[in-house]
Amino acid sequence: MYTTDMYEGMIAETININGHNNDQINAYFARPINSKAVPGIVLIHHLPGWDEWYRETTRKFAHHGFAAISPNLYFRDGHGEPDDIAAKVRAEGGAPDEQVIGDVTKAMKYLKNLPYSNGKVAVFGTCSGGRHAFLTACNEKGFDAVIECWGGKVVMSKEELNDKQPVSPVDYTKELNCPILGLFGADDESPTPEQVKIHENELKKHNKNYEFHMYESAGHGFFYYDKPVYRPEACQDGWEKIFDFLERKL
Amino acid sequence: MCTMLIEKTNVQGSGKGSKGWFKFSQANVSFDHPTHLHMDYSINIDFIQEVEENNKRIAIELTPESAKKLIETISKSLKKGSDMGLKI
Repeated sequence: MYTTDMYEGMIAETININGHNNDQINAYFARPINSKAVPGIVLIHHLPGWDEWYRETTRKFAHHGFAAISPNLYFRDGHGEPDDIAAKVRAEGGAPDEQVIGDVTKAMKYLKNLPYSNGKVAVFGTCSGGRHAFLTACNEKGFDAVIECWGGKVVMSKEELNDKQPVSPVDYTKELNCPILGLFGADDESPTPEQVKIHENELKKHNKNYEFHMYESAGHGFFYYDKPVYRPEACQDGWEKIFDFLERKL
Repeated sequence: MCTMLIEKTNVQGSGKGSKGWFKFSQANVSFDHPTHLHMDYSINIDFIQEVEENNKRIAIELTPESAKKLIETISKSLKKGSDMGLKI
């Protein structure tokens, strides 16, 4: 808990890391300046891109005592303003799941190898990033907690599968080996409450450690304070649940 | 969610961006989250010139209702031109 008499310092910067297939990618990395061992968290940006909200949120986690890293999943698609790069990636059908899993896993390993790591790393994502957070934690060992915020297309129909997204993430549920916190809005169109129920039932069926919260007053993306979907009460409660969950799991 | 609903077509045209005019050869139309417009979902049109380093782009975000009006307006304009004997 932060108090006004505390010293607070933070380093936040762009760094280069190895991603999927050892490709060099860049990442935004923020960490508190202190002498304690700290937990880590990987932030997976949403389809709209590696944008300012993700930089702010990376610093938010550092403010709360985490070494936080947000890899640029669109590094291979060129450089420019984030929305221009996101438009290019959208036109190409999004980043391939396999590549995202590789990039996120390498970011997790980067955090675990830090001399001041406490050895625990969570993964966080919103929207498509929420989907990728769950998908990665199911496919790779080494994550200690997952925070999935309104992950769309965790439950996919056969018709929605393609070369870049060949498997519906919910089909990997059995492989998940860490606790998961899920935050969703009852008015969301993807994931719909029915899809969240399917997701939850799979977790229950496989005896997974999960905590799902459905906000009645919210739709999709209710943390985004500059969008009409913003819901202050759900946002405030959601952040409290996230930090409570992380404190218990990391 | 990000719908990933996108339609692409080849077009011939020019647009003016922050660095002046350029020719474009493709239009991508998506029904997805806007970047700037205060809507959950909008019709987003990207006029694209593919270049080696990065694409040049003119981006437009419309409410679905506005997109329908624009279609109607373009159709009217094309018809009037055609009626005047212009090639379309």
